[in-house]
Amino acid sequence: MTRLSPQAIRLMIPVLSLAVLLAAVFWLQPRAMSYMGMNLLFNLAVPIALATIAQMLVIAVNDLDLSIGTFVSFSACVTAVYLPTAPLVAVAILLGAICVYALIGILIHLRDLPSIVVTLGMSFVWGGLAVLILPSPGGQAAGWLRALMTASTPFVPLAIIASVVIAVVAHLLVMRSTLGVAIRGIGGNARSVARAGWSVMKIKAAAYALSAFFSVLAGMALVGVTTSADANIALRYTLLSIAGVILGGGEFVGGRVSPVGAVIGALTLTLAGSFLSFLRISPDWQIGAQGAVLIIVLGLRLLLARREA
Amino acid sequence: MISESETCPVVSVRGVRVAFGAVTALDGVDLDIHPGETLGLVGHNGAGKSTIVNVINGGLTPHQGSLAYGAVDAAGGGVSAARAGGVRCVFQELSLCPNLTVAENIRLMHQGLTGVGWRREALSLIRAKLSEIFPGNRVDCAATVAELPITERQMVEIAINFLSIGTPPRLVILDEPTSSLDAALAEQLMAHVRRYVAGGGSVLLISHILGEILSTSTRIVVMKDGKVVANRPVSGFSGKSLVEAMGSVVKEKVRAGARDLSKAPLAVSLPAAAGAATAFAARRGEIVGLAGLGGHGQTDMLLSLFRSRSSSWLPKRPQEVAFVAGDRALNGTFPLWSILRNLSIGDLGALSRLSTIAHGEETALGGEWKSRMAIRTPDMGNPILSLSGGNQQKVLFARALATPAAIVLMDDPMRGVDIGTKQDVYGIIRAEAEAGRTFIWYSTEMDEICLCDRVYVFRDGVMVAELTGDDISEERVLAASFQGEAA
Repeated sequence: MTRLSPQAIRLMIPVLSLAVLLAAVFWLQPRAMSYMGMNLLFNLAVPIALATIAQMLVIAVNDLDLSIGTFVSFSACVTAVYLPTAPLVAVAILLGAICVYALIGILIHLRDLPSIVVTLGMSFVWGGLAVLILPSPGGQAAGWLRALMTASTPFVPLAIIASVVIAVVAHLLVMRSTLGVAIRGIGGNARSVARAGWSVMKIKAAAYALSAFFSVLAGMALVGVTTSADANIALRYTLLSIAGVILGGGEFVGGRVSPVGAVIGALTLTLAGSFLSFLRISPDWQIGAQGAVLIIVLGLRLLLARREA
Repeated sequence: MISESETCPVVSVRGVRVAFGAVTALDGVDLDIHPGETLGLVGHNGAGKSTIVNVINGGLTPHQGSLAYGAVDAAGGGVSAARAGGVRCVFQELSLCPNLTVAENIRLMHQGLTGVGWRREALSLIRAKLSEIFPGNRVDCAATVAELPITERQMVEIAINFLSIGTPPRLVILDEPTSSLDAALAEQLMAHVRRYVAGGGSVLLISHILGEILSTSTRIVVMKDGKVVANRPVSGFSGKSLVEAMGSVVKEKVRAGARDLSKAPLAVSLPAAAGAATAFAARRGEIVGLAGLGGHGQTDMLLSLFRSRSSSWLPKRPQEVAFVAGDRALNGTFPLWSILRNLSIGDLGALSRLSTIAHGEETALGGEWKSRMAIRTPDMGNPILSLSGGNQQKVLFARALATPAAIVLMDDPMRGVDIGTKQDVYGIIRAEAEAGRTFIWYSTEMDEICLCDRVYVFRDGVMVAELTGDDISEERVLAASFQGEAA
């Protein structure tokens, strides 16, 4: 018997849970098994998958970003207000925001601050800025953005193609590139990375900037799907993104992350919502039920990990 | 070439001083390492071995003195200057990233490895190097490091540091490189070191196995108290003279009157571990020392003693054992609490009436120990961090001694404590032992070991020797801590 590598086992659980959940949805609602059905099921998964990759980059350096929800909301507001009329202003604001993220990474590293506290504080800053930009729900999606997010691709719905593209790009970036190796190296053993002559500060800044870049993409994708924005549009993304990373086989410390798993985790979480709707569970109970799904999957993983050890 | 290499050492350290607070770790050290030599570096705990290694590899900037790699002056150049000078370092604790594959670790360690296909290149390089150093090994180089057993991790780390990518290695520092290797692998490594040095490289070898040092080095440097006390070719040393050089020359310790406790009732005992020369036992009123080089299993011993005498579910009353932590900041003090609360937490049960703390009794206890330990503070209500390190340590001692515990475990508690405080505490320990308490004392300081009634010496995680009474001497402890040729 050939032994599976721990990485394969790590990826097996998210894949299995997605498959089981998908089978359950199709069994409850066979009409979901169509081009339209799949597109509707996974349409909102694209921004969540992007936010999950953003969270994963921060988790890879042993930090945690509690401001992703408000930052995605902020990006969505900028996208909805400025991108259609003044695209250059929008790009300048979003690039500036990415620089701020890099600076936060540097600050957290230099002063050895707990990332949870700093990003929790920043979440209020981003939330406030979002309200300033867009005091009441509104704005609009730029034509090209709307067209991109609602394009009807042949055979396979766009949501699936986009998820695959996100997974592949994130995999190349985090698992294959030198920068990705350095980022995960910091999660694994920051001291030995520093001893090998790397600047831990630069790598952390890069990880935070990349994370912000994916968050910005998440905000833009969200506007493309919903055609408008609101200052509170993505608040639940903070916890969803953390859950997605963990569901996808990542760990909070040690630089053990899996980009493909994270995208699958995001898809699973989105699907869990639809699954519960198909079961006619009232929305009031859905958050709790989503939590239960999460706990079951994580319990499963713990069980497998123990058998492995 | 030869004359050039003689004039230009790979690393040259001149008059280097390093101090951590009041403790001088290096006190004017001169050291040259020439191409084509293996320099053996030996010394007991706190001699400054790790500090000099950190200076050479750029991790520590000396407060005084100069450092040069080859002909290049590198004062303050840091890690990158050291790596550019060809210095590679295998650290005592494993320092690979466990979550990365072997190839990815090589990429992190060698920034010269670039271009497409670096993974494949790294794999073929490491496979070749591993079979060069450890012929016949079966290391799976495609695995992530966490999947490898500890022996293979150490083999991989050693091989990575001997790789020549970009800047070739000119000096490889091996700090206890054989601690996780078995005898056959250790012999393969030493053979490789000899070949590498014969080819013009140089190696700085630190090991507690004197046989390795004597058989592999071409020159041996002995350090003691932050100074180089001997620096001679290997032919000038034997196992015995090496141990003597590490010890102090003049001090003849006046031991406190020897007490015969062999009739006293047993307080605690543990069966001998696999490979240990002796079982552990401590009698009532005895001061038992745990000696040997730092990190050779003494703390684990204290923890297993603690576990054997306390329940992990519900605390027993009255408590049988008390623990004095060595690393104050990590597991000793409650930094936000007052001195009094840091003291009384040891046995709050005795101070409580109906599950609420009796403040009068708590204050009385504080006053009693303030005068007994001479804790230098105007008010026991001040925060613990307002005290000096030594006084904080006194509070931790008082916390343990204020409990009715019959056994006190001490995990090298005097690190960084000034000499006056030490003398105070030694006196109190003596008095408490006379009154029937048992002390089990792990110490890295020879003076403290010599205060004990009986001493167990640790090496490689097990007790290898037991010394009693007048046998407790620096020479005997050193001889047992370092594995000689005869052992």
